[in-house]
Amino acid sequence: MIKGQVEIRVTGYGGQGVVLSGYIIGRAVTIYDDKNATMTQSFGPEARGSACSISMIISPDPIYYPYVTSPNILIVMSPEGYTKHYPGVTDDAIIIVEEDIVHPGKIKDTQTLYTCPATRIAEELGRRLVLNVVMLGFFTAATELISEEAMRKSIEASVPEGTQKLNLTAFNNGYAYFQESKEKAEEKARTQA
Amino acid sequence: MKADPKGVLTGAHYIDGDHACAEGAIAAGCRFFAGYPITPSTEAAERIASRFPFVGGTFIQMEDELASMAAILGASWGGRKSMTVTSGPGFSLMMENIGLGVMMEVPCVIANVQRGGPSTGLPTMVGQQDMMQARWGSHGDYAIIALAPQSPQESFDLTITAFNFSEKYRVPVLFMLDECIGHMTEKVVIPPAEEIEIEPRRLTDKPPGDYLPYETGKDLIPDMADAGMGYRFHTTGLTHDERGYPDMSVECQGKLVRRLMDKINNRVDDITIIRKEKIDGAEVILLSYGISARVSTLSIEKARKKGVKVGRVRLITIWPFPEKEIAKLADKIKAFIVPEINMGQISREVERVVAGKCDVISVPHAGGGVHDPEVILEAIMEAVK
Repeated sequence: MIKGQVEIRVTGYGGQGVVLSGYIIGRAVTIYDDKNATMTQSFGPEARGSACSISMIISPDPIYYPYVTSPNILIVMSPEGYTKHYPGVTDDAIIIVEEDIVHPGKIKDTQTLYTCPATRIAEELGRRLVLNVVMLGFFTAATELISEEAMRKSIEASVPEGTQKLNLTAFNNGYAYFQESKEKAEEKARTQA
Repeated sequence: MKADPKGVLTGAHYIDGDHACAEGAIAAGCRFFAGYPITPSTEAAERIASRFPFVGGTFIQMEDELASMAAILGASWGGRKSMTVTSGPGFSLMMENIGLGVMMEVPCVIANVQRGGPSTGLPTMVGQQDMMQARWGSHGDYAIIALAPQSPQESFDLTITAFNFSEKYRVPVLFMLDECIGHMTEKVVIPPAEEIEIEPRRLTDKPPGDYLPYETGKDLIPDMADAGMGYRFHTTGLTHDERGYPDMSVECQGKLVRRLMDKINNRVDDITIIRKEKIDGAEVILLSYGISARVSTLSIEKARKKGVKVGRVRLITIWPFPEKEIAKLADKIKAFIVPEINMGQISREVERVVAGKCDVISVPHAGGGVHDPEVILEAIMEAVK
């Protein structure tokens, strides 16, 4: 569990649901987890292009400076988003990428990289559109920053009427994918030992 | 009176400052909006456009900001609480009709989500450069009310206050947000309607034959008769008498202009909303407003950790300027430190008010970003040297 103030950036193509992801995280934190979350977002052409982003500060204390300076968590769904935003992250950052779209280079040993086939998981549900919510499920499991319960409630409150079930399944599948891959990795480590 | 529950979206929301302003307006009873889209204020107009059909409001996208301002004045005379939202370039275009609103004493609210200027400047980036324009932008002598929020929650709360002040004092109220607050998304709690106090319109209780639209008592504020109530009267931007008819005499101008100013300036104490913190024993005081005040909090905390006695004054009411409050603090401190996202607009006002009794240190920032808290900290440390 991450403590204290955390800075998050989500980046991807305009239309991938980057901004909705921000709303889902922010609503989960502030309304269902009772912490503070201040979100700012990119405006202008970049918000419609390939490095659309939201930036968010999450804290148990009041947030006075609203802008993210160096994210502790970076969620990436476009190559340009990675190129633009990876250099700014902290030395101990957690980086979560959509593995079929983003191919990160070498990262620092102190940083953690997670990869998630969110597009494929979303396609299995018949709607590629929900890849952002798959990423959120994966992020929730990987970081343990926000409670699963709060994220589920927030998704229900944030997605269009009639798509709640699909989005919750997308969330669950992303969440489960992280846990399965973690178990596999632990199993592998055990057998190697 | 209490807010109409139909317009109050009670509950916890995760919305930006623009949306919060729109919700505040609807909760306050705003049922007419005219505007022209401009970044970074458009989200407020969009929210109102999507919500008005459910509360019986009228939304018009006008051909420009001149017309938008004219439309809200007309709608207010028609009995609807009215508003427009804009940003710098649109605010400039509204100036002439804001003056008309002041002269005709029309309650209405103009929200300016400030971006960097001059001219089209920085459409998507923050500024606080219209603070003096808010005070002096329209020609002639007048007094006006302007408020500045520092969070989406305050954007909701203070939009209601803005409507209440405009009805109470019969004056256009300028709601001075900035791009950072307008586009910042946070939790906003909207209380139940019965907890929201609404200032009703000052309607005359005189019968039509006896009513004079600009007759006032001791409080210097005339009662209104909305169009359609059966009263026939005249109103104009020209210097006018109690009947509302033009009277271009020196005496009439003197009486009218003094009253327009006095009705606000005699009530500075009632209109002033100010947040003071650790003023007693302070060596210096950081005075700011809006997003700059919010960012300064970090600088103040750091300075206090270094043992500096920093007090804090946050102005929510910017105009009328709380002169007395500020002047009485000047005797006891070394300096006021005034960070703002302009080249020193309110700091000059502070200088005028303290009249040499203490230093006034402006910490200017051009548009496009907020201060680095370290820069403000340096100014504090320099001031106490």
